[in-house]
Formats: sequence, C-alpha cells, structure tokens
Amino acid sequence: MRIPLRWLADYVDLMLPTEELARRLTTAGVEVGAIISSAGDWAGVTVAEVVDIKPHPDAERLVLVAVRLGDDRTQTVVCGAPNVAVGQRVAFGPVGTRYINGHTGEQTILKKVKIRGVESAGMIMSEKELGISDEHEGILVLPEDALVGAPLASILGETVFDLDLTPNRPDLLSVLGVAREVGALSGSKVRDPSIVYEATGEPIRGRAQVDVLDRELCPRYVAALVEGVKIAESPAWMQQRLIAAGMRPINNVVDITNYVMLEMGQPLHAFDFAGLKDRRIVVRRARRGESLRLLDGTDRELSPEMLVIADADNAVGVAGVMGGAESEVTEETKTVLLESANFRATSIRRTRQALKVETDASKRFEKGLSVHLPPIAAERAVKLMVEICGGRAAQGLIDITSGKPKDVRVTLTQERLQRVLGVELPSGEVRRVLEGLGFGCRWVPPDRFIVRVPYWRTDVSIPDDVVEEIARIVGYDELPTTHLRGEIPPAQRQPMRELRERVRHALAASGLREVITYSLTDLPTLQKVLPPEDLATSPPLRIANPMSREFEYARTTLRGSILQALAKHIRVSGGHLISVFEAGRVYLRSDNDLPHEIETVCAALSGRKPNRWGQPTGEPAGFFEAKAHLEHVLAGLRVAAEYREAVEHPYLSGRTAEVAIDGRRVGLLGELHPRIAASFEIKQDVAMFELDLEALMPHVPETVHYEPVSPYPSVEEDLAIILDEDIPAGRVIGMIEDSHMVRSVSIFDVYTGPPVPKGKKSLAFSISFQSGAKTLTDEEVAEERRRIVQRLRRELGAELRS
Amino acid sequence: MTSVSDPISEIEDAAVRELAVISDATQLEAWRLSYLGRKGKLTWILRGLADLPLEQRRSLGAEANRIKLRLETAHREKLARFEQDRVAQVTEGERLDVTLPGPPLPRGGLHPITRTLQDVLRAFESMGFQVAEGPEIEWDYYNFEALRIPADHPARDMWDTLWIDYEREGRRSMLLRTHTSPNQIRIMERTQPPIRVVVPGKCYRFEATDPTHEWMMTQVEGLAIDDGISMADLKGTLAEFARRIFGEERKVAFRCDYFPFVEPGMELRIDCFICRGAGCRTCGRTGWIEILGAGMVHPEIIANAGYDPDRYTGFAFGLGIERIALLRHGVDDIRHFYANDLRFLQQF
Repeated sequence: MRIPLRWLADYVDLMLPTEELARRLTTAGVEVGAIISSAGDWAGVTVAEVVDIKPHPDAERLVLVAVRLGDDRTQTVVCGAPNVAVGQRVAFGPVGTRYINGHTGEQTILKKVKIRGVESAGMIMSEKELGISDEHEGILVLPEDALVGAPLASILGETVFDLDLTPNRPDLLSVLGVAREVGALSGSKVRDPSIVYEATGEPIRGRAQVDVLDRELCPRYVAALVEGVKIAESPAWMQQRLIAAGMRPINNVVDITNYVMLEMGQPLHAFDFAGLKDRRIVVRRARRGESLRLLDGTDRELSPEMLVIADADNAVGVAGVMGGAESEVTEETKTVLLESANFRATSIRRTRQALKVETDASKRFEKGLSVHLPPIAAERAVKLMVEICGGRAAQGLIDITSGKPKDVRVTLTQERLQRVLGVELPSGEVRRVLEGLGFGCRWVPPDRFIVRVPYWRTDVSIPDDVVEEIARIVGYDELPTTHLRGEIPPAQRQPMRELRERVRHALAASGLREVITYSLTDLPTLQKVLPPEDLATSPPLRIANPMSREFEYARTTLRGSILQALAKHIRVSGGHLISVFEAGRVYLRSDNDLPHEIETVCAALSGRKPNRWGQPTGEPAGFFEAKAHLEHVLAGLRVAAEYREAVEHPYLSGRTAEVAIDGRRVGLLGELHPRIAASFEIKQDVAMFELDLEALMPHVPETVHYEPVSPYPSVEEDLAIILDEDIPAGRVIGMIEDSHMVRSVSIFDVYTGPPVPKGKKSLAFSISFQSGAKTLTDEEVAEERRRIVQRLRRELGAELRS
Repeated sequence: MTSVSDPISEIEDAAVRELAVISDATQLEAWRLSYLGRKGKLTWILRGLADLPLEQRRSLGAEANRIKLRLETAHREKLARFEQDRVAQVTEGERLDVTLPGPPLPRGGLHPITRTLQDVLRAFESMGFQVAEGPEIEWDYYNFEALRIPADHPARDMWDTLWIDYEREGRRSMLLRTHTSPNQIRIMERTQPPIRVVVPGKCYRFEATDPTHEWMMTQVEGLAIDDGISMADLKGTLAEFARRIFGEERKVAFRCDYFPFVEPGMELRIDCFICRGAGCRTCGRTGWIEILGAGMVHPEIIANAGYDPDRYTGFAFGLGIERIALLRHGVDDIRHFYANDLRFLQQF
C-alpha cells in the first residue's frame, strides 16, 4: 500500500520528521518498506509562520523576520526576499539544513553566520534553494492552511510511504487507517473525511431494487444512486493522489470509487444504471455454466461457488473481485448506481484464486473488512460525485444487512496485561493508548478495563489482542526485559539426532567435506542410482506443484545428490582427491500417512591420492580409501561391522560390500559402476559408502564399559599362511580372534604370485597374545598358536607358509 | 670369561682403557653390558662375593662397589657427551627447512550451515532449552490449521507451499513444511508444561531463488511455556541469543509483527554491524537487520493443547539459519550454501 504523505496530512497533523514517522510506524507493526520521494532532501525543513518583520539595523535591502515554529518558539531570520510578509506560511530551514545555493547552484549546508552583524537562526527558503525550480526572486509562500511545524515534505512534493502490511490489518489498506496509526503514535487527533451532502434527487427506494439472495456470502449490501453525472476527467488534485498511490486515473466516477477505496479501505463499484436490466441488482451465486466478460476484457467461466452481482437476468460482476464490461461506466453514463458492500472473505479468496485475478478490491475483501464500513464509504463517494461530477444524489441508501452489527467489547484485566507483558502499566496510560487508537476504554476498579473495539479493527477480539495494541504503541523496546526463571524441564533424549551428529562430526574429522543438497530431485536421477525394484516398491513422493522438473520428487536416496555434488567438485578440483559426504533424510512413502523419514549418510570419494607434497600423483582412491573413512566412523561409535561381498546397483560387482552388524545390514560400501559415474559426467573412479542410521542405531552402545588393562606382558607373534585366494581375510581374522588368548590381530601382508601356487594367496598376521590372569609362558603361546593353525587348516584348508 | 680370582683392578683398568676409545653409542652399550650388565664382569664378581670368607668379602666388596660406581659414572658422562654431540650434529648437518609443508592430511569440514546451526543451538541449550526434531513432510493440519491458519486464510500467502501429490477428502493435505512451527503443536501434544525446546530443521517454500531467497532453508523453532512466562522473558531470551551469536556489543530492538499463532507478535532486529546503525546496503539503509520472528503463543493454541490458558503463557520464535550464516560470514548470496561449490565450502 502506497500512502502519499500530503494526502495523509488531510486526516492527521504530521508533526514528526518523515524518517522518524516511518521508524515509529515500522516499530508499531506498520512496516514502511520504502520512502519514495519526488521531493528534495528537505530534512529539518518545516512550515513556519511569519509573525513580524523589522528592518535590518545595518543593511537597507535586508529585513529581520520573526518566524513562529511548530513548538511555538519564535526565531529571527535575516532575509532579503522582496515578497516576505507577515502572516505568510513559509519554509524554514534551521542551521544545518542542506540547500541549493541560489548563486552557485551547489548543495550547501547552512552554517551559523552573522549577516551584517545580526545572527540568523536559519533561512526562509526559495524554490531554488529547495531544489523545486530555478525561482530565486523571492521566498516560497505556502498555502495559508499549511500547518506550522509540519515537515515541508508533508506539504510540498510527493513523499510516499510504501507499506509492507501484514494480512491481519485490512484497515491499513487505506490512508485514513494509516492516519489513525499516526494519530495514536504522535498524540494527534484524526480528522474524518466529510460524508455530508445534500440529496436533491428522488428517494432511491422505488428507483432501484436490490435483492441479496445469499446473505451468508454477502452480509451487507449498500447501494446509492447519483443521477445526472457528467463523465469527465477527475480534478488534477485527485488524479495526482491516485497516481501517487499507484493507480491510473480513468474518469471522474471511477476515480472517485478508487479514491474512496484508497481513502477508507472500502472497495466500491460504480454501475451504469442504464445498463442494469429492470434497474435491479441481484446478489446471488453464479449459475452453473454462467460466464462473464470482465473489465479486463477476459471472458470467464463462473461456478456456483462464486458470488456474482447480477441484474434481473445476467451476472454483471464477480462480487468483490471485478466488475463486468457490460455495466461499465462510460462517457454516455448519466446515472450511477454505487455499490458498497461487504462480502465473505474466504469466498472472495477462493473466487480470486479460481479465476486467477487479484484486484485492489479482492485484496481488501479477503482480509475481512468491517460490516460497518459500506454506508460510510458510500456516503463519502456520493458526496464527492455530487461535488465533482455535478450529479444529484438520490435520497437515502439501500442498505441490506442482517441486523445492526454489534460493537465488539473485550474485558481486559490488569492481571492478564501483566501476565503477558511482565509489567504493570498504569490504567491511565492504558486508556490514553487505547483511546488514541480509537478504542473505547473504561477502567472498572479494582482490576479491569472494558474495551470497545472500533469498527475498523476487525482483527481485535480477545484480551491478548488488546494487550498487543497497548504494547506496540507504548513500544516493545520500552517494556521490561527479563530472563527466564522457573523450572528447567526434565531432559528428553534424542538418540537419533545424537547419533547423526556424532557420525557427522566423525566423517568431517576423518577428512570428508560436508555438503548439503536439495531434498527434492527428479525421476531420471533416482532411476540412475536406484535398482528398478526399489523404485517400484517405494515410489518417491511427487510434488503436486513443482517449481521445475528438476525438483519434482522427494528423494528416497542421497546417492544422486552426492554424485551431483561430487561431479561439480571434480570440475574445479584439478585432479585432487575429492571426498564429500552428506547427512540428511530420505523420504519413504507410507500408505495414507506421512512418509517414513530416515536419517542417512552418504559419502563419495574420487581422484588421485596425494604424494608427500600433496600433488595428486598417487593411485586413484578407491574402495579401501572409502572404507578407511567408514571404519573411522564405526570405530568411533564402538561398533564392530562385518563386510560381506554384495551385488547392488549402482555399485560395481566384485568391489562392493554390505556393511552388517550382528548380521543386519546397516549400509553399503563400494566402487561406483563406471557407467553410472559417466551418467553423472564423472570420468574417473568413484568410491562410495552409505549408512542407514536408523538400522545402525540399535547397535551403537550407549556407553563404553571399561575393561581392566592386563598387568601381564603380551607376546607378539607373526603368522603367515597360504590358502585359497577366494577366502576373505575377514574370516581368518575372525577365527584367530576367537582364541581366548589373543588380545588383538592385524593383517600386514597379502601376497599372490610365485612361489605361492596359482589360485592361492599368502596372508601374514601379527598376533598379540595376552592373558588377564597371568604371564603366558612360551609353551602356552606356542600351544595356542598351534591350535589356531590347526583350526585354519581344518576349516579353511590353510597351510603355514614356511 | 673373567674369574673371581682375577685382580679386580685389572678389570677396572681394562674398562677405563676401553671406554676411552669408544666413539659411538652402540659400542658404549656393548661396553656397558660387558662390565655392568646382568652378565657383565663386574656383576659377576659381585655375585661371586657370597662364596668368599667374610674378611675377603668385605674388602673385595667395597672395592668392587667403588669400581662399579666409577664405571657407572664414566658411562653416564660418556653417554651424555654422545647425546650432546648428536644434538650438535643435527643442528649442523641435519638442519630442516622449516618452511616446507607437512605431508598432506585429508582436510574435511562441516558445512557452514551446520556450524552456524550448532552455535545457535548451543546458545539456546545453555539457556535450558532442549533440542527436538520433527518431520519435514507434514500435514496441512500441523503446518497451518492448528497454527490458526485455516484454509482460505489470507495469511497463507505468507508461506508459498510445495504440496505433496496426495489428497484426502478431496483436498491436498500433505506438504513440505514451510516453517518449523508445526513442532510447536507436536511438542504440546506430547508434553506438559514447563516446556523449553528448540527444534532445528529444513523447511521448504515455493519460491524463486535470488541472492536473498532460497526455496530450501534451515530454521530453528523455539518454544517455552510455563506459569509466569511473559513477553519480557521472550525479549530477554532473544536479546541474550543475539549477543551470544553476534557479539556482546550488539544492540537489539523489537518491533510489532504479525504471525497468526502468536499474540502479541514481534520481530527481533539487531543494529547493523556493517555500518553500526548509520545505514548501508546490508541493512537496507535502516541501520537495523531483521533476525527473527517471535511472539507470545496465542492463547487459543495454549487452550487447544489442553493447558489452562489463564495460568500458562509462553513464547515461540522462529529464525532462519541461512540468514544468520550470511550475516556472520559476510556471504553476499544465499544461493552459495546449497550450490555446493568446493571453492565456497572450503573456506569454512
């Protein structure tokens, strides 16, 4: 909503500097998003009254002018203008004002100077000095009714507040509504626009008829009639105001409806009375299949959910949204039927969404206007039509309403006020604030206020609404600030969150870079990285109104996103090893319920390993580099995972493992199939792993239980065996670890080739034997080692390597 | 092998002689073992003492111990000299170019949004708030209706919504949550006051992206409900938060704002730390930067939760992590966060 300040000044005295007024409005909830000014930089320049003129004691062409300022101070200004006279309203700039130097044409700051021995408190400014024109012969003389003390910008030029309003305040979609806020914030009285006119025409009853068939969707319908109007351009001042507020002038009648809408917030519609069949208005739901050509020239199909304004036969407008082309006011129009109505907000909103048209009227109606407003706005518009269009107003209004609407009264106790704000406010201050906003407020001792809500405040209905009114006008910053006291609630653990954060930190610490990617993806990406059967059993949720095809589905895996991020990284990596991971949710469809959101982790590595100097000259990172990161994380969680070879799209067979704990799969690890990598435009090897944190969680011990460190020495032994190539080392390690005497075992060599026979491999282990109960003897260790070798021979066919 | 009968002074002379020509640590250790070790010559003599008559044992014992002490001292001195020589040699011959880099370790790191989120949560945790989470795909009920934003309410325009292609009773009812506020309702459904919770999470809007708008964002919702919580407590909590995140000297200001689920509603602003209140591009020339929306939980919502609205009051707030990260790191475009450019991420 654009509020021209000079228009605003019609209803309330603007005593504050423009910037300060904007700041106060914003603080009170009426956000001034921008101050648009066609005026100059007139900071500090105000209206002053010339109260006295004396000759300068030392200069013939100069005079000493006494000016009265807004605070009733009188200041003396040395002035040389020929046209200055007592009683004039003039523009006064105090010392420090920026102005245009009349002689040099340059921006200058007014300094404190003595002119021929007399000190001047400021200057009375010319149009040139204000930057309005080149006129520098004399001072600018303002209209006689200009308010002394008001900022010049409120009198001259167009300064407009562009308001960013909240949807709860339809009353602020009007200049008058904003004036009421200004009044409350600055303690000024608000002047309501006049609605008094002489009705010289015949009574409206008998001339026109209105039938409201749907009282639910149209709680009030007011019609007025103005005959003998002369359609012409509206006066310049009205056109200027409309333009300043962002509307295009059309003709005097239409301009008046728009003007009053901007002024009071009530949308109006003017019908060419001659175009209404049977001189009737029927407010009804649209008939099935009914259509209408709107004012914007488009033909629209209507539906029975929509309320229309019709004449005896056909719809002539969509109620509260847009009028029809047929009954439009034209140059030939002689008689105007003016509609000022109230429509059900939700119905207007649905209708404008269905028709995909948003108008100044629908914007106001859908926020819920006051049912009190239609007759007031109608009278205001009729008054202006009589004055501007030369019309005769019919006597009376047609006013169809379901009973007189009641005032809203709210009882607010001091206790509630204090409970919400944390401070007790004096009853006098509460009253002052509320009355300033137009509320009625009666203090009922000992403890409560009876508050009458003004009709335009449709948003206020409960005590806490009134509390906000008081708080925002007093200013939130003026209210006390305290710290929370009271009981801290008992802790509730969030095991999944804790696990995810531990994993996230461990991955970053192990050298992976975290990325965060979008949760939505497209079907082709999912198809690339998921086995078809997965997509079939768990089809991704689709967005009904996607922003683009790229973001149409809720992802069911992180693989696609992480590979896209990896591909992007590789393009700028210069061949260096890239290691990334993401911790995020995937969304698995549930029948008739919210999807199952599973916390998962996915990591990917690609590029050559660095040499001593960090140059990417080493082997390409692969399965084992990825595994190192995974092992780091799992070791930190104190879980022991098994790795079993697996075949799984989109991983490369023979280089893929299922990660399992206690026989249950918790993740996958492997190298990406080169064909899939290529589909992400990655031309180098990629190793990945992923963890399902929900599957992992039950296996993660809550705490670590201390095991006593054995005080007895350990014995280190190496063991090298030869066995079939396809037996995984993990099985051998598992068997060695089974020995009660083995404290730890690690593999330190894997070898194939001569002299090891074909189809066999040699594995070498370093085994640490230790007992918690005694020092092991050489014989005991040798015996246990023998038992291990025997078992490896028996179960795996392994032979000791000589 | 030296026998007990060898004159003990001969051992001493030999040891001293040999030691004098020893020039490295290995030889020295061999020397130590041959005289002072478990099977060394001197040790041998000392062990043999037990078999001698008392008289002889006494004089020979004293002598042997004197020699042992002498040799041990000589050994220690020699060892110390070697150590000194070695250190001296390093500084001479094995000097390092200390400006060379260490061998590369993989350098990982957390995403700047993760880091900022952690800091924000930590600030609230230290004020007694617990962290909880909720679903990202939500029912219309939690995202809107229960928050006093029924269908056809004009406030729905404040949140452009991405809907899931799912209908119930002829209406779209499942959506990507547009804010973390549904968790206010979810928490109240499962808890009784006192409540002090913060809920982080991703939110989504149907929104064209530009330097200050992303369609995916990370928010933190806050909720505190108890007997006796006032707007003064809300202001105090938020002011404390702003100071912890943006610095001790930060000034805060509150203005009235509207959210259907709070009354009164407010917005927290901090003084612009770029221009210090003078007005610049970052703060839109106002001197103030909007940080978050907040307010007192609407009494209807308190009552709907089954709490006594005359007794229990509370506050709620919602803040955007991206915005805080932008401000803290001086990032000029919100789209950097999810564009996943390595050169951006590596800076954090």
